Amino acid sequence: MSNTFLGMPSLPVFGRGNLNATEPFPQAAHRELANTQLRANLGHATHTIRYKRLKVVAELPDWEQMRDAGSAIKDATMANLPAMLEQFEANFTARGGIIHWARDAQEANEIVTALIQETGETEVVKVKSMATQEIGLNEYLEDQGIAAYETDLAELIVQLDHDKPSHILVPAIHKNRSQVREIFLREMPAVDPNLTDEPARLAEAARKHLRKKFLSAKVAISGANFGLADTGTLTVVESEGNGRMCLTLPETLITVMGIEKLLPSWSDLEVFMQLLPRSSTGERMNPYTSLWTGVTEGDGPQNVHLVMLDNGRTAALADEYGRTALNCIRCSACMNVCPVYERTGGHAYGSTYPGPIGAILSPLMTGIKSEENNSLPYASSLCGACFDACPVKINIPEILVHLRGEDVDSQRAKVKVPSQMDFMMKGAEWAFSSGAKLNLLEKGLPLGKLAAGRDKVIKKLPGIAGGWTQSRDIPAPPSQSFRQWWAKEHKPSTAVVPGNAVPGHAGPGNTAGHGTENSEGEQA
Amino acid sequence: MSAREDIMARIASALHDAPETPVVPREYRRSSNMSAEQRLEQLVDRLQDYKANVFVTPAEEASAKLAELLAGSTSIVVPHGLPQDWLSKLTDDAGMPAIEVDSPERRLTVAELDALDAVVTAAATAVSETGTIMLDGSADQGRRIISLVPDRHIVLLRASDIVEVLPEAIARLEATRPQTWISGPSATSDIELERVEGVHGPRTLDVIILT
Repeated sequence: MSNTFLGMPSLPVFGRGNLNATEPFPQAAHRELANTQLRANLGHATHTIRYKRLKVVAELPDWEQMRDAGSAIKDATMANLPAMLEQFEANFTARGGIIHWARDAQEANEIVTALIQETGETEVVKVKSMATQEIGLNEYLEDQGIAAYETDLAELIVQLDHDKPSHILVPAIHKNRSQVREIFLREMPAVDPNLTDEPARLAEAARKHLRKKFLSAKVAISGANFGLADTGTLTVVESEGNGRMCLTLPETLITVMGIEKLLPSWSDLEVFMQLLPRSSTGERMNPYTSLWTGVTEGDGPQNVHLVMLDNGRTAALADEYGRTALNCIRCSACMNVCPVYERTGGHAYGSTYPGPIGAILSPLMTGIKSEENNSLPYASSLCGACFDACPVKINIPEILVHLRGEDVDSQRAKVKVPSQMDFMMKGAEWAFSSGAKLNLLEKGLPLGKLAAGRDKVIKKLPGIAGGWTQSRDIPAPPSQSFRQWWAKEHKPSTAVVPGNAVPGHAGPGNTAGHGTENSEGEQA
Repeated sequence: MSAREDIMARIASALHDAPETPVVPREYRRSSNMSAEQRLEQLVDRLQDYKANVFVTPAEEASAKLAELLAGSTSIVVPHGLPQDWLSKLTDDAGMPAIEVDSPERRLTVAELDALDAVVTAAATAVSETGTIMLDGSADQGRRIISLVPDRHIVLLRASDIVEVLPEAIARLEATRPQTWISGPSATSDIELERVEGVHGPRTLDVIILT
């Protein structure tokens, strides 16, 4: 079919699956914050990785140039996505791979199930994959009588503990070593009862536990970090060797990949395989990267499938202010530096994608009105640490603000009666529309001072503004505004000639501020 | 409408504003500034940082070094295209391991590979800045499975195949070959984000760099 779009844009089709906050973020965050063990574990882990990342990033003289290239490559991919997909498909198929397309989570799950059933197997091994978490594949397979074994250490910990992932790179980041030891002792058959909580011993226990599964598995399921359009190559980036086991040993390999994971060319990998490892685990390079292109005779799986997943990605793409969220390479640097994520952990976000990127990606994929996802764009102080850390320069704070706007618009559309906020905004619109109006309002400042009383603080504001004073006081406003003060001090006749005063010392502007009643202004 | 057509139509609709395709700025380093000695030194440093065992050996002593490392092993696998002279000191000597050759004519099974002590392969290229060794399935490196299942991997790397930065390696590799990039022995950072070596892949990585 033609890629030239001629008609009116159709309404976006949103994604389903594990993409929703099921309760408002503030409520979920309150609960998670009460878990002091969780906060200690997360604080330790996020700080460890932060310093590692900074150290390896600082080693490269061209890190910023690499980010610029990475950002532009992804923008170029999205702008030409139809052509990229067709090129990738042609190359992957020419080498014996089979491509399936899934509109949403349900369709992807059905395709994967049918492919497994064709092999006659009832057990599969899995490489950690965000796409299959997003579509809830493990649960779906279980309902169909197929057991899916997670093989990544952190995924294994989460699966054994019947828990949910809380981080996209290290799903068990919320567990410390002694908790992992307890889970292994409780859930791992034939585990050494003398297992200690040394990470090396825990890793060894996982090796023993999974070895036989790897060596006998007939079907594996994976995600993919990158798909290269000009060659049809797929890439999986990992550390433990569980990925290599799954990608090499079984007869059948089924990969689930979002349509946005493409890069235009093989040579673009030179950028992303520098950006990704340093941003995610803070390593110069991850221990293992596997690349395969369709089927290679005699080497690896001979039955190679790829499920190309939409599930709301096209809806995100349709948002011209939000679409760069699709540039995400799932490194997790943004959550590791986020002051909110560091304290609440990943479960508070509800969606498979937590942290700053999840707070934009989830509502973009599901629509702002889906369940409680409209609370996610507010799960940020807009400090911008995520933007600084992002290897592909996604302006997360800007998209958060954009989505807050979407939320406000959708709320307003729901309720016809103007809200307090509407009145306040209308008031602000009036006040800020001219200097004269603002001057008039500023004459009311002494009233605020009066309200603050002798202790010079206002403890409770009325109406919805009361939310602001719930956890802090507001200092008494000064008795005059800066504009009033300026007008008084800078009457044309007393104008200061620049150069006469030493800045910051005995300048008239400075002395005037001291010893007068305006000194309270410094508090405001 | 098929799912494919549906998704393509959704994409076309999503891109109705026809976003422009930016020119990709490639100001990052794409070639080396280092001498061969510096690259070698850097690679050794990086690999040791990953807890790999590194040996820098004159090419003519490859076989002797290999024999030294494999003394005490009972059996190893090599790909059929591994240079014969690298194995010359291993054959038929007392105390030397039995050598299984994996070839298109005789492919070892998973069970056979699992019973072996080690695998010996060559490498396609290596990146010194990141400490990465690339295997591309050539005849001297073999199928991906043989360098994965045995618990010890010994790589012989020609020093002339070391480049400094990743873009140089990408230019040397062919995308469509099945590749494994290896940066140290298998490891995990999944518990408290502290790296520990030794999970599912080979737990010992020995690298002999041939000068």
